Amino acid sequence: MTTVTVPAVKAEPTDAELMQWYRQMVLIRQFELRCAQSYQQQKIGGFCHLYVGQEAVAVGSIGAVRPDDYIITAYRDHGHAIARGMDIYPLFGELYGKRSGCSHGKGGSMHFFDAEKNFFGGHAIVGAHIPLAVGLGWAIKYRKQDRVALCYFGDGAINQGSFHEALNLAGLFKLPCIFLVENNGYGMGTHVHRASAVTDLKLRTADAYGIPGKDVDGMDCLAMYRMVRSAADYCRAGNGSIFLEVKTYRYRGHSMSDPQKYRTREEVAEFQKHDPIGRLEKILQEKRLLDDAKISAIADEIHREVEAAHEKADADPTPDLEDVWTDIYAQPFGPYR
Amino acid sequence: MPVIQMREALNQAMCEEMERDPDVFLMGEEVAEYDGAYKVSQGMLAKFGPMRVVDSPISECGFAGLGVGAAMVGMRPIIEFMTFSFSLVAFDQVVNNAPKVRHMSGGQLSVPIVFRGISGPGQQLGATHSWTVDAIYTHVPGLKVVIPSTPYDAKGLLKTAIRDNDPVIFLENESMYGNRGEVPEEEYLIEFGRADIKRPGTDCTVVGWGHTVLTAMAAAEELEKSHGINVEVIDLRTLRPMDLDSILTSVKKTGYCVTVEEGYPTCGVGAEIAAQVQQHCFDDLDNSVVRVAALDVPMPYSKPLLQHVVPGVERVAEAIKQAIYFQG
Ligand SMILES: Cc1ncc(C[n+]2csc(CCOP(=O)(O)OP(=O)(O)O)c2C)c(N)n1
Ligand SMILES: [Mg+2]
Repeated sequence: MTTVTVPAVKAEPTDAELMQWYRQMVLIRQFELRCAQSYQQQKIGGFCHLYVGQEAVAVGSIGAVRPDDYIITAYRDHGHAIARGMDIYPLFGELYGKRSGCSHGKGGSMHFFDAEKNFFGGHAIVGAHIPLAVGLGWAIKYRKQDRVALCYFGDGAINQGSFHEALNLAGLFKLPCIFLVENNGYGMGTHVHRASAVTDLKLRTADAYGIPGKDVDGMDCLAMYRMVRSAADYCRAGNGSIFLEVKTYRYRGHSMSDPQKYRTREEVAEFQKHDPIGRLEKILQEKRLLDDAKISAIADEIHREVEAAHEKADADPTPDLEDVWTDIYAQPFGPYR
Repeated sequence: MPVIQMREALNQAMCEEMERDPDVFLMGEEVAEYDGAYKVSQGMLAKFGPMRVVDSPISECGFAGLGVGAAMVGMRPIIEFMTFSFSLVAFDQVVNNAPKVRHMSGGQLSVPIVFRGISGPGQQLGATHSWTVDAIYTHVPGLKVVIPSTPYDAKGLLKTAIRDNDPVIFLENESMYGNRGEVPEEEYLIEFGRADIKRPGTDCTVVGWGHTVLTAMAAAEELEKSHGINVEVIDLRTLRPMDLDSILTSVKKTGYCVTVEEGYPTCGVGAEIAAQVQQHCFDDLDNSVVRVAALDVPMPYSKPLLQHVVPGVERVAEAIKQAIYFQG
C-alpha cells in the first residue's frame, strides 16, 4: 500500500472564524427548514435534497480554503453554496424558479452556480462532476496557480465509472484536487454496505490511484477544518490529490419524497446526538463566546434574514417565456424559433 | 375486465415472464428493497428473491454492460434505469454493445435484453434529468424501441419485449404510471411494429407515441367539439420497427399529417415520419407535414418556462388547424 504522510497543520481558527462558522451552520439549517416548508407549499418543484445534519462538512472544509479556490459539488448543494458565501436571496429565487435566481430559474435546487465566487455547481447526474473537478485541477496546474479544487460527492457516487476514471487522471497528473466523499451512509435507500464491495472508503484510492485517503468526522466542523487545511497545504505544495472520507449523516430523507423505510427513527436519533451545530455551540460556550441569550439572539436574527430573503424571492417575477432561448450558446442561432 | 394502473401492468408483465422463464431477472437502482423508485417493481423482491430482483450500486455503465454480457449467454435481463436520462452514462453499452454484438459476431450471438425506465421532460428536474430519448435510440440499427400509452399496451408490449431476441428500449412515462385501464386476466402479447388507431377520423392524421398520444387525443376531442374537425389519432406503440403502413394509409385518406413528440424537433422522430410521408404520399398531401415537438432548447427548471417548452394540448390543436388550413 502506498503510504503518504499528510502533514498535520497547526493553524487554528480564530474566534471570529468560529463564530462565523456557527452562524453559517445555523443559516444553512434554517434555510433548509424553510425549503422543506416551501416544498410542501409547492413553491419549489422537481427534486430537492436537504443538507440538514451535514452542515459541518461544507462549512469546515470551505472555511479551510481561500475564496479563489474552486468548489464543485453534486445536487445536495445548498450547504456548499451558502458556505461559499452565496447570498440566500438568489438561492431562494432559484428554488422558486424566478428570474432573480442564481441561475435565472434555469437550474433549480440541484444546479446552484456562482462563477464569481468560484462555485461551479450543483450537478445532478451522480458522479458526473468528478471529472470536471479534475479539469479544474488541470487548469490550476497548467497555469501554475496557487489554488486547489474541492470536489464533493456522495458515497453512492464512488461506484460510478466517472469517479474511477477521474481519480486515476488526478493521480496520474498529480493535480491539486481534494476529493471529499460525504459518506452519509446511504445512496437513496441503499446502505453503503449494499453498494460497495470495499466499505472502508478511505482505502479505495491509495493503492488504486496513488491518492492518499484519510477519514474525518464530518459532524465536527473543527476536524473538517483541520483536515482540509492540511490537505490543501499538501496539494498546494505540488504533491497531488487527496481523498477524504467524511463520515456524516443526513437527518432528512434522500429528497422530499422519501418514506425512509430503510432506516429507523432510533438510528436517526442516535446521529442527532452528535449534531454538528450543537457541538460547535458547546465549544463556543466553553470559550465564553456564546451563552443562551446570544444563541437565541443569533437564531432569531437568522430566522428574520431567511424569512426576508424567502419573501422577497417569493414575490419576484418568473422569467419571461422568451428566456427559454437564452443561455444556450454564446451567440444564439437556430432554425426553430 | 380488471382495471389496473400502468405500473401494475408493467409489474404483472415482469412477474409473469419471470415465472415462465428462470433466465429472466430484474436489475437496477432501488428496484428491490425500496420496491422501485416509482414502485413499478413493488413486491417483486419478496416474490423472487435477491438473485432475481437485484439492487445495483449507482453504476449504470456497469450494470447495463452486465446485462448485455449475461444476455450473450442466453439470460434475459431486464435492466431498469431509474430514468433514461441516466442511460446516457451507459450509452456505449446500450448503443454499441447491446445492438452490435449480433452483427459483429456474424449472427452467432443474440442479446435478448430489455432496458426499461422513464423518459420524458419530467417535473422540473432541470436539463440533465429531463431527456426524451426516443429519437436518440430510434436512430440506432439493432435496437428496438417501444413506448406504450395504456396499461393494456404496456403489459402486452413488455411481455413481447422480454421474449424478444434482440435488445429492446422500453420507454415509460412518470406521469402515466398511475393511469388506469382495462387489462385482461388471460395472457396476451402485442406484436411490435403495429400501430393502434386510437380514434378514426377523416380530416387530419395525427401521429403520437407514449405520452403524446394522450395530448393528441385531448386535442382531437377539443377540435371535434369546438369546430367539428374529425381527427384520426395514431398511436405508434413501437418506434423501431415503425408501422409506416398505418401512417401512410391514414394520410392517403386525410391528406394531412401532424406529428407530436416531447423530444426535440431537430432530427427527431417527427422529422423521420415527415420524410417518409412526403416520399410515399407526396401526391396525397394537401399541405406539408407539421411537426409538434419540444422547443429546441435545454429543459429549464422554472415551471412556466418548462410548460412553454413542452408541447401541450393547445399547441397540438393549433398545429392541426394550421395543417388543415382551418380558418375561424
Ligand atoms: C447517473 C445517475 N444515476 C442515478 C441517479 C439518481 N440518484 C440521485 S441521488 C442518488 C443517490 C446518491 O447517493 P449519494 O451519492 O450517497 O449522495 P447523497 O444523496 O447521499 O448525498 C441517486 C441514485 C442520478 N441522479 N444520476
Ligand atoms: Mg450518501
